[in-house]
This record gives sequence, C-alpha cells and structure tokens, in this order.
Amino acid sequence: MSLTPKDKAAVKALWAKISKSADAIGSDALSRMLTVYPQTKTYFSHWPDMSPGSAPVKAHGKKVMGGINLAVSKIDDLTNGLLELSEQHAFQLRVDPTNFKILSHCVLVVVSSMFPNDFTPEAHVAFDKFLTAVALALSEKYR
Amino acid sequence: MVEWSDFERATIQDIFSKMEYEVVGPAALSRCLVVYPWTQRYFGNFGNLYNAAAIIANPLVAKHGTTILHGLDRAVKNMDDIKATYAELSVLHSEKLHVDPDNFKLLSDCLTIVVAAKLGKDFTGDVQAAFQKFLAVVVSSLGRQYH
Repeated sequence: MSLTPKDKAAVKALWAKISKSADAIGSDALSRMLTVYPQTKTYFSHWPDMSPGSAPVKAHGKKVMGGINLAVSKIDDLTNGLLELSEQHAFQLRVDPTNFKILSHCVLVVVSSMFPNDFTPEAHVAFDKFLTAVALALSEKYR
Repeated sequence: MVEWSDFERATIQDIFSKMEYEVVGPAALSRCLVVYPWTQRYFGNFGNLYNAAAIIANPLVAKHGTTILHGLDRAVKNMDDIKATYAELSVLHSEKLHVDPDNFKLLSDCLTIVVAAKLGKDFTGDVQAAFQKFLAVVVSSLGRQYH
C-alpha cells in the first residue's frame, strides 16, 4: 500500500492547511492517547506530569509533530529521510510498533475535530497511508 | 459484565440523543469504503463505488449507513447487556453476511472520526475514551457468535 503521486499531493495539501497548528495538534493527540489508551503511559513514567496539556506533554507533542513535518518533506524517501529517527526508535526508545497505530489514530481524530471541512475522506485515506508509511520507516531497524 | 462509570453512561446517551443519523451514518460508511477500499467487497450490488465522489453520492451507501447507525440504538438502550442484545446480529453477520469481524473495527474508527468532526472541541479525550469503549464493546459483541 505505497504512496501514489496523488497520495503525496493530498498529504502536502492537507499539511499546508494544518501545519501552523502543529504544536496544538501534537499536544492534543498525545494527551488524548494517554487518556484513551492508558497502557501508553508506561513509556512516560519518567515525566513528573502526564496530565493532558501539561508541560512535558506539550513539549513532546511538539517534538512528534516536528518529526511528522520532517516526514512530509522527505515523503519521496521516508526510509532514508527518517534514518536517524528510525535508529533512535529501534535502539533507544524501543516503542512497541502497535503504538504507532494508536498515536496515528489520535492524530487523525484531532485533525478531524480541528479541520472538519478539510479532512475529507480523500484527505483521510492519503494521510492515513502516509502515517502508516512513517510508522513503517520508524520501525525499519527494529529487527 | 462491562462496568460503566456515570460519566461514560451520560456521555453515550448524550452523543446519541443529539445524533443526526442521516448525516453521520452515511458519512461514516462512505468514509470507511473510501479509506479502507477492501471493505467494498461486501457491497457488490450497491452500484457505482468507482471513486470517492461516487461512493459519497451513492444513495444505497447513504441508506445503509443510516441503517447501521440506528443499529447502535439498541446498545445505547441496553448498555448493561450489549452482548445479549447483539447475539442475533452477530449470527447474521457471521452466517449470512460473512463479514470478516476485523471490518467492524475499521467502521468504528471511521465513526469516531466523523463524530470528532461534528463535536469539534467537545470531543475531548475523556469523551473519546467513553465513545471508543462503547464501540469496542459493540464490536466485540458482534464478533462473539462467529465460529
């Protein structure tokens, strides 16, 4: 299920509309993930505060969206474009790949709630495919 | 037995009491058919599903989307025994419709996204958690009679 030229165009078009809200999207998506999927909190036990909208959550949401922004710019070659992040996830973070799906779903929910008119079914399928491809690139070096 | 908090019960009743079935049902089903095109396998006799525009404009898809959403009403009214409430529908989906139960999750994810679009910032993390828990119980009940 690789990204067609049409998918890439749709992702870039959607990103152009939503990227100024990237920090807010990241913070909301991460907060939501920790609330709706409490098992994900196990990765953040070192944070003093895991509550929605807290400083560590906001900072981390911003970081995650920075990664997505990078991925959009490297959409033609995610495997190489995300090499550093891929190594980080494989050797240091070791986040179980099921969680990529979970966070992606939360990002989609947030984008849908913030941009209901832009998040059409066509934009949704392209963006979902893109986030799946990003997850695949991030788990490239796991084993 | 599924335990529901007061907040969860109130949230589910609230969402469905304000639900615009003829808008949300069609939107959720058509989104599912666009985002997960392999689900179209179950709708061979629905006519033109050739592209996203055709799917969204298709009156059979719209009608069926509304039907499916109303199917959730019984669970909303019987939250304390959704499993029994859907036993017959589960048999139907298994024996007659031959629907792979993994598809239930795909449709429920699309429904979540459509409801998020409708409710905007009112679709908080806690509301999402309650809604997804409800749908997870429905999905589990619908898959229960498969053998």
